[in-house]
Amino acid sequence: MASAVMTNDGTARSDPILGPRIAGMQDAVLAPLARTGAAYYALMVLLLAVFLWGVYAWTVQIRRGLAVTGLSDQIPWGFYITNFVFWIGVSHAGTFISAVLRVGKVGWRTPVVRMAEFMTVAALLMGAWMPIVDLGRPDRLLNVLNYGRFQSAIVWDLMAITTYLTGSLIYLYLPLIPDLALARDRLDPTRQRFRHHIYSILAVGWRGGDEQWRRLARGIRIMCVLIIGVMVSVHTVVSWIFGMTLRPGWHSTIFGPYFVVGAIWSGLAAVLVGMAVFRRAFHLQSVITRRHFVRMANLLLVAGLVYTYMTISEYLTIAYKLETQDLSLLDALWTGQYAPLFWTYAIGGMLIPLVLLALPWTRNVPGIVAASVLVNIGMWIKRFVITVPSLAVPQIPGEWASYAPTWIEASIVAATFAGFALLVGLMAKAFPLVPMWELAEQIEAGAE
Amino acid sequence: MDAERRHPLPEEEPSERDQAAVSRRAFLERILGAAAVASLTGAGVTAWSDNALADEGHGEEGGHADDAPESTRVRRWAMVIDLRLCDGCVELGTPPQCTQFCNWGRYVPERQQWMEVVEQPHADPPGAFPHTMPLPCFQCENAPCVNVCPVGATLHTPEGTVLIDQERCIGCRLCIAACPYNRRFFNWSDPVQPDWVQGSPYDVRTQTPALRGTVMKCDFCTDRLEAGGLPFCAQGCPWGAMYFGDLEEDVATNGREIVKLSAFVHETGAFRYKEELGTEPRVWYVPGSGEAVPRSNHRDFMKDRLEWPWREWAEMDEANGMSLEEDGYGAEGSEAAHE
Repeated sequence: MASAVMTNDGTARSDPILGPRIAGMQDAVLAPLARTGAAYYALMVLLLAVFLWGVYAWTVQIRRGLAVTGLSDQIPWGFYITNFVFWIGVSHAGTFISAVLRVGKVGWRTPVVRMAEFMTVAALLMGAWMPIVDLGRPDRLLNVLNYGRFQSAIVWDLMAITTYLTGSLIYLYLPLIPDLALARDRLDPTRQRFRHHIYSILAVGWRGGDEQWRRLARGIRIMCVLIIGVMVSVHTVVSWIFGMTLRPGWHSTIFGPYFVVGAIWSGLAAVLVGMAVFRRAFHLQSVITRRHFVRMANLLLVAGLVYTYMTISEYLTIAYKLETQDLSLLDALWTGQYAPLFWTYAIGGMLIPLVLLALPWTRNVPGIVAASVLVNIGMWIKRFVITVPSLAVPQIPGEWASYAPTWIEASIVAATFAGFALLVGLMAKAFPLVPMWELAEQIEAGAE
Repeated sequence: MDAERRHPLPEEEPSERDQAAVSRRAFLERILGAAAVASLTGAGVTAWSDNALADEGHGEEGGHADDAPESTRVRRWAMVIDLRLCDGCVELGTPPQCTQFCNWGRYVPERQQWMEVVEQPHADPPGAFPHTMPLPCFQCENAPCVNVCPVGATLHTPEGTVLIDQERCIGCRLCIAACPYNRRFFNWSDPVQPDWVQGSPYDVRTQTPALRGTVMKCDFCTDRLEAGGLPFCAQGCPWGAMYFGDLEEDVATNGREIVKLSAFVHETGAFRYKEELGTEPRVWYVPGSGEAVPRSNHRDFMKDRLEWPWREWAEMDEANGMSLEEDGYGAEGSEAAHE
């Protein structure tokens, strides 16, 4: 443990002894790779159980059809699509933190970059699972490739998400190479033969030569610019699945950017929660400091303010005119059957987190983490409030439809949360959670 | 976009209703005469849906095949519903007969109403008695459902109707979300239909057999139209409120009289539902609220309850295959059929 060497929010510049710090940090970061406690196994088994329960629920649904859900012809989408939008949103965090901050040469990003990228990959896998669960004929999934029509927003989605997943994996892997080499060299080849072997393969012969560094830097530079565009495209086309219809509440011009900002807002919050968990579980207090939380909280605050602004813009413009269908939608959202959810989101998921992030006496680790948890709950509700009420508004004369999710839907949604935590937990065990070489570079750069 | 959108009806202003000039017999002969062409285009539908990327994105604008030989006239099916003759069968004290006939004739799965009669509140004067409005699929020329389908499973035929290829549909339900008229229905579980329907080979035009996890809707009964008959809803309507016809030939019939389609639409001030959305429906409504419905009737009605008897039939088949004739398959089956 190197915490003794570091002050809580001390910068590298203020610390005269560089060598021991890096070594200490390396020990802290690599320790979880070598040692695994019983608590970790217990948690993983629990998560796996929840995940498998969801998989079982899915098999029930496949056997008996989507009739086991609470969906209907009037409300054909519910929990699955809500959850899909939520996870695709969370997946924006990794890229945003990693690529945008890298392009901007923001130094403090280093300790949280890789964790965010792990979360991106896991969130994307869970998000991509959801539309498949939602299909009436998952057995015909390949029809989208065989007969795909470029005019359909679902095909845009498929392309954007697969591109993003591929890009994120490459972008995760490239900066990982030197660390994989480090892990390879650190592990005892006689006692941990298997893992040593795996790391050797994954490190693709990295020796740290000048040419290798040059090429790596170039690859990372190219990827981090490319992936930003892909990231924006992903949530834009997710929003366009809604935006390309004539439904009240979806029929909006700002839906693309609105969803992208919402994704960054919920993604940053998710990373903050992850930071808090790993900081404690992996004893990384020396690496992830209060400073990192505060810097992340600043970003979160900005994203939240922009999202609030767009939310007001979105609702004010339709509330001012009050077209018939918009009127019934807003009635349901603000005073009607969806009002409890809407105001839970607006107050608990937007207003309170913004206050917690803005006030000086709650801008500490517990305050920031509490705000982040609230943001994530709020954004899940917000996605539900976007998806379901717009479908429930009667388009032809008649009654409002209602939607009550079943245990099948709840189990599958729970499985995505467990699966996400499981994947991130496994990746964090298998690979160094903090890019060591970047950290070292930064400390050196800071010292000059 | 509006500027270039062709008005679907000829602009001529007819001076008289010249439907008398065309006898019913002549009309039927014409339709039957076109049967050869019709069956060719019918075959074209299947070929089209098998042909992955053919023509999509164009079909929805034209509604008829631009590349057809000039000598071949392609029918452009259309429907006119005379709301003066529709009271939702309230006067008869029965559920809407169009819905009934459609459900029975097309083996519509439970809880789906491809032809649904809703009560439309009158805007003017406020509080006036609501009028009823039968809603089929509008076979939009600029159909949102066709536009959004990721696999081309919902498609325009050359005649301009919108069909669903249930053997290709992946069940994503984006079309259901996109349809501004709620005219699409999903088979949430295994659809219950009579054995002979479920056992028949798949037909894209009649949507039989219904398949779990796919979308269904009114298909305008084009198989019946091409054979010279009327769709079930028109046949079932006791007052002849539903006219089917061909925009190309500018003629329509409710089975009792034949009208010149354009003249009928212009003279009655017929409108299209949610015209402002730009979906270009192929269904026109003659404004009214059932005022022309006779106040007495001498007609026998087949269906006195809104029902989907398929499950009941299946259970009966299973339970006592021997005594079917006792209970009969008729409308007077048990009360449990619809809930």
